[in-house]
Amino acid sequence: MQIFSLNIFSTIKNNYFNDFFRGFKSGIPIALGYFPVSFTFGLMAVNGGLPVLLTVFISLSNFTSAGQFAGTSLIIANAPLFEIALTTFIINIRYMLMSLSLSQKITSEMSLFKRHIIAFGITDEIFAIASLEKNNISFSYMLGLIITPFLGWALGTATGGIACSILPAKLQSAMGIALYAMFIALIIPPAKKSKASLVVITSGVLISSIIKWCPFLHQISTGFRIIIATIIASSIGALFFPKGEEEL
Amino acid sequence: MIYSFTAVIIMAIVTYIPRVLPLAIFKKKLKSKFISSFLFYVPFAVLGAMTFPDILYSTNNIFSATGGMIIALILAYFQKNLLTVAISGIIAVYFIELFI
Repeated sequence: MQIFSLNIFSTIKNNYFNDFFRGFKSGIPIALGYFPVSFTFGLMAVNGGLPVLLTVFISLSNFTSAGQFAGTSLIIANAPLFEIALTTFIINIRYMLMSLSLSQKITSEMSLFKRHIIAFGITDEIFAIASLEKNNISFSYMLGLIITPFLGWALGTATGGIACSILPAKLQSAMGIALYAMFIALIIPPAKKSKASLVVITSGVLISSIIKWCPFLHQISTGFRIIIATIIASSIGALFFPKGEEEL
Repeated sequence: MIYSFTAVIIMAIVTYIPRVLPLAIFKKKLKSKFISSFLFYVPFAVLGAMTFPDILYSTNNIFSATGGMIIALILAYFQKNLLTVAISGIIAVYFIELFI
């Protein structure tokens, strides 16, 4: 009996570790993709006159790209606090959709405390990787997935802030495409495999382009543009390609 | 300094709220087939909407960005991993900008 229970204990421990390690491995490419982006962020903020420590603190406490870029440029421009709050919030409302989507993917017995911790790590890329996992996802998997991108984000910011202009401007410009290229690598394979994903992705791209390029509509902020495109494109998917329960 | 620090704290709070609320509130699986299908498609829709057209404005000029995007699309189509696609995109943009 004693041996039996010990065995169970070590199996459970192994599962925790395996999940963590699996998440950790998936997090490495995200971290490498984050480095140039947060590096650019560090450059921008310190060039704009913010102290390096505060710049790193922004990355540690916000851990988001578009939102903190926008917020920080507003700080540099001495904008009113209310405007900073509103802009950052609007850009980040999209996380609600991701958080809601993840709430259906995580093991339902996960405690409120653990939910509060993994919520902090929801970024576009971490969400994309986690949500494309086949099975339900555990706390240790999420922890492993979040830790490296978080460190990469902070480290990139610090390096960018300290080494203000080590990189030639041409290379800095080229690095701007890194995250988008990664997004492409994430969406093309499922689009090849399933017609439903292809339709949803194409709808998202089309709606986003229409809003961005049409007169009047282009006044809509980036955050709202993504929310509107996501809601319409996902509804099209749900209407025309409803998922059977066994697939979800 | 107090102004910047306060602003950063406010930013951190308004970034965390949308991340945590749904995860903390929805503990059960949703029953509606429409809503669960909708949520299943959210990642594809978000990534599509975020990538294009924004990728076109992510570098110094639209030509280098288009070049980098085409390289990324081709490599992604042949199932290369994330990092290969990202680095090849950067290299493509870098070389195009040497000429344009």
